[in-house]
Amino acid sequence: MPAALDLEFSPLFAFIISRILQALPVMLTVALISFAMFAYVGDPVAIMLGQDFTEAQRQALVQDLGLDQPFWVQFGTFIGNAIQGEFGLSYRLSRPVSDLIAERAPATLELAFCAAAVALLIGVPMGVYTGLYRHSWLSRFFLTFSLIGVSLPVFLIGILLILVFAVWLGVLPSFGRGDTVKLGWWSTGFLTWTGIKALVLPSITLGLFQLTLIMRLVRAEMLEVLRTDYIKFARARGLPNRAVHFGHALKNTLVPVITIVGLQLGAIIAFAIVTETVFQWPGMGLLFIQSVNQADIPVMAAYLLLISALFVTINLIVDLLYYAVDPRLRLGRGQGAH
Amino acid sequence: MTDTLRRFFDSDVWWSFTRSPITIISAIVALICILGAVFAPWIAPHNPFDLASLNLLDAFKPPAWTEEGERAYLLGTDDQGRDVLSAIMYGARVSLLVGLSATLFATTLGVTLGLLAGYLGGKLDALLMRICDVQLTFPSILVALLIDGVVRAALPREVHDQIALFVVIFAIGISEWPKFARTVRGSTMVERNKEYVQAARVIGVSPPRIMLSHVLPNVLGPVLVIATLNLGLAILSEATLSFLGVGVPATQPSLGTLIRIGNDFLFSGEWWITIFPGVTLIAMVLSVNLLGDWLRDALNPKLR
Repeated sequence: MPAALDLEFSPLFAFIISRILQALPVMLTVALISFAMFAYVGDPVAIMLGQDFTEAQRQALVQDLGLDQPFWVQFGTFIGNAIQGEFGLSYRLSRPVSDLIAERAPATLELAFCAAAVALLIGVPMGVYTGLYRHSWLSRFFLTFSLIGVSLPVFLIGILLILVFAVWLGVLPSFGRGDTVKLGWWSTGFLTWTGIKALVLPSITLGLFQLTLIMRLVRAEMLEVLRTDYIKFARARGLPNRAVHFGHALKNTLVPVITIVGLQLGAIIAFAIVTETVFQWPGMGLLFIQSVNQADIPVMAAYLLLISALFVTINLIVDLLYYAVDPRLRLGRGQGAH
Repeated sequence: MTDTLRRFFDSDVWWSFTRSPITIISAIVALICILGAVFAPWIAPHNPFDLASLNLLDAFKPPAWTEEGERAYLLGTDDQGRDVLSAIMYGARVSLLVGLSATLFATTLGVTLGLLAGYLGGKLDALLMRICDVQLTFPSILVALLIDGVVRAALPREVHDQIALFVVIFAIGISEWPKFARTVRGSTMVERNKEYVQAARVIGVSPPRIMLSHVLPNVLGPVLVIATLNLGLAILSEATLSFLGVGVPATQPSLGTLIRIGNDFLFSGEWWITIFPGVTLIAMVLSVNLLGDWLRDALNPKLR
């Protein structure tokens, strides 16, 4: 970066800008793939016209869709429309893709949020515990349990949970969202008892893998950190165990945890497809898998673009969190000291 | 030949194998799965695809050890009266075939591109690694789903059903090549500057020959480990795709397909149709993964 620019921008701002510049080519590539799918797979004109049509109608539609324009013009229009949230009509449902996605997004986002909450709120304490009391029987139990969590495929976890809690015990629902409440365009399951009950099994299914991963990671990091000199020094100063464990040790395990959680959000989105299929959860994942099954290209293209935008944003946020958590990074970038 | 065998049994790898009970158990489980799958047409108690032998009166028989079970059907029967054990053996065949082929495809592609990128460097290297970066941002199952969806959209249904198996292999293979390419590129860049490669270059060996017969053998160690671990992942990916209904065609049910079919009967209490294929899948993947873990440690000189 030129020196003149360096003086004007704060280091944080420069950092954000450089990250966005790095993300742009990725987004453009994905947009290109989406567009290529949209334009060259299948024949949108034939699909939209149906059985009976005249040549004039066909010509009119081709012009209307801009399919007679050169490739780059079409691509530009596609990006312009995409930025405005305009992805055309679903072949399968003949409704605007943007409406379909807006309808389904709350279900997926609430599910992903609950799964992440399950993973963090249970995974971190379990990790801290197994790190502090390595040889207790409970730690051994947790570790064995985590091995199972890592090797079970998501859909089998879902099926097993349904078998036990819905079929045998009959205490929790096995499909759908229960009753939802409309808050503007957002439909939430948090406000009704059936909605909350419906969230339990899918969230556990989706969060279990992340939970075990976070637990193992926090454990490994705790073991590493507890060996360092500043922990010994904190103990020597006579600080209570709680302050040492949580104030000093846990805080320093956070950087890798943030990375993994950030990266795992992508996996959560991907495996939400599977979870939503098992539990017939009316979210974006189920919409996507139905579209793949029916070759509904506009929905697939829109989903791909949305997901990659989400990934890129998450990566950016993870980088910013680094910046906030690790002072060494701030110093390094701010003063060019490295 | 006997000499090679003796060298194998004297090696560190064999020694560490005999010292690890979990690895031995995994190897036995994996062997049972592989043998059962490969020899399914000869040793399976029934032929689940022989429509003439199916009888709807035999449908929904529970496993043999329960009260209503029949000895002929050890793990029970499904909705069409097919023997679950036989279906699992045939299903494991498809799962293993897809898993192995996809891994082989990913390995070949990844190793080739990794060698080229690492040895030649320059723009090719930059381009290939950029593609790797972008692809690694996306979970591999998503990539596989997309490829499958696009092929489904591009081809008419009949054509697609015929080549569905290859599409799945291709989709899973493509989604996993970057891991191989990255690793091979890294070790190739190290090997490239070593003296034996320079010597080969000085005496005028052509670059393709150097890459294939000099560099390649020296970068294959880690590839073997990644391939083993990847096999478990590929089998899981195939099962997930088939469970979602976009994997292998229904005429060649894999373990994932069996689980999906059985899932419909979970509520009426016929749990065995879905649970036994599930347990087989877990046993297969877990044993392959544990073997891979062991191989990684056994081949790592730092841990000796």
